[in-house]
Amino acid sequence: MDSLSAATAESFRLLFSGDVALWVIIFTSFSVSLKAILVAAPFAFVVAFLMAHLRYPGRRAMIAGFSALQSIPAVVVGLTVYLVFSRSGPLGDLKLLFTHTSMVIGQILLSFPLLVALSHAAFQAADRRVWETSVTLGATPSRAFMTLVHEVRFGLTTALIAGFGRIIAEVGCSMMVGGNILGYTRNIPTAIALETTKGEFAQAIALGMVLLTLALILNGMLAFFQGRGVMKS
Amino acid sequence: MKRYFANLLCLPVLLLSALATAGEPALVRMATTTSTENSGLFTVIQPVFEQALDIRVHVIAVGTGKALELGRRGDVDVILVHAREAEEAFVKDGYGLARHEIMYNDFVIVGPPGDPAGVRGMRDAAKAFATIAESAEIFVSRGDESGTHKKENTIWQKAAILPQGGWYRQVGQGMGKTLQIAGELAAYTLVDRGTWLAYRANSPLQLLVSGGADMKNSYGIIAVSPERFPDVNYAAAQRLIDWFATPEAHAIIAGYSVDGEQLFYPVAK
Repeated sequence: MDSLSAATAESFRLLFSGDVALWVIIFTSFSVSLKAILVAAPFAFVVAFLMAHLRYPGRRAMIAGFSALQSIPAVVVGLTVYLVFSRSGPLGDLKLLFTHTSMVIGQILLSFPLLVALSHAAFQAADRRVWETSVTLGATPSRAFMTLVHEVRFGLTTALIAGFGRIIAEVGCSMMVGGNILGYTRNIPTAIALETTKGEFAQAIALGMVLLTLALILNGMLAFFQGRGVMKS
Repeated sequence: MKRYFANLLCLPVLLLSALATAGEPALVRMATTTSTENSGLFTVIQPVFEQALDIRVHVIAVGTGKALELGRRGDVDVILVHAREAEEAFVKDGYGLARHEIMYNDFVIVGPPGDPAGVRGMRDAAKAFATIAESAEIFVSRGDESGTHKKENTIWQKAAILPQGGWYRQVGQGMGKTLQIAGELAAYTLVDRGTWLAYRANSPLQLLVSGGADMKNSYGIIAVSPERFPDVNYAAAQRLIDWFATPEAHAIIAGYSVDGEQLFYPVAK
């Protein structure tokens, strides 16, 4: 208990001492995960919408498939991306291994099933008449889609928050395809893993608190779009 | 609908191409063992060779087994590890050009201060291992095909013991984590001296066995073969290897110490 409180005190000192290396790590984490979610979300929303809107054979199997894929371990995604981008792998010529780009791709794959499953639930709960009315009133399909998105925006925001939460905190995939390179691909979770093995618990706790604080700020901003957070009357 | 999809498709492509960072002129990717990084040596030595050679080095610290695998797949330009036999096989199989020994220290056996197995002061590692096995006191093994794990296996073989049972715990973690686990369990473990010195202050364990002839821990550096992987940055990797043979490098390696104890001994050509 003594060492826990000492580590926490030390972690506060580290955070406010303006340690550049620490802030590079924080920047890497957020830039990679924000890019991943920005690329993944539009695709996921469209896929989810089509699954909720169209009727085609295999649709329910597809829904179940995306739900199941939410449970895939991050290291398995990491290993797959590693094998694909390894210089001995099929896309080795792109030289993307151990770069931010490969980390972004890994996190896109990780967040995609979660985004699809949650946004599908949101679209599923929407009223089909929103779409039909928009089209009847002369809206183009993309315009009608945007109206529907606006209608279910709270559900989609929840999907975004959950998807972002999944990738900002994952360590397995980033470690595998990023390589935890100091000053480059080291992000908050891989740094925590490293500092823990080194016995630098204060540094690890400090990083954990940064992650939590910044996630709180981000979610606070999203909560703004969630409206008042009460039932419709 | 069609145009909408076209727009959507453009977005990721644009984003991804914006992500592709401008290539730095001389980037060397080095896979090394956790012990060189955990010991703190790289924090001191890396800025020096980066400036001296005008290169940028990306250090990927993993176990020796994985470092060799990264080299075999052509994912790094150079490897710096400590498993002599595995390194020689790596070169013989044509994945690397030549092994250059750059420094050494030794392995030690650490354990609880009470030393219930009674190995304190022994010099023969195999005998110490046999004594621990007989007492069935807990022994924590890396269990991860790292250089330290390979060394441990060699010592068990020499002692003619196949370690198994409740007292033998394979944790599959890096050296630092393994030391922590051994500390929590009041157990014995094999550790390289560099990591031990770096962690000693925070560990409840004590150094019990050291100095045996078969406890040498030698670190080698190997450039990944440009014949097998034309993409590797062989020129810069070779310059880095040459740098490790300079008096400047030797001075830094020999001068690196923790609590007044030298961690690594440079090898002069």
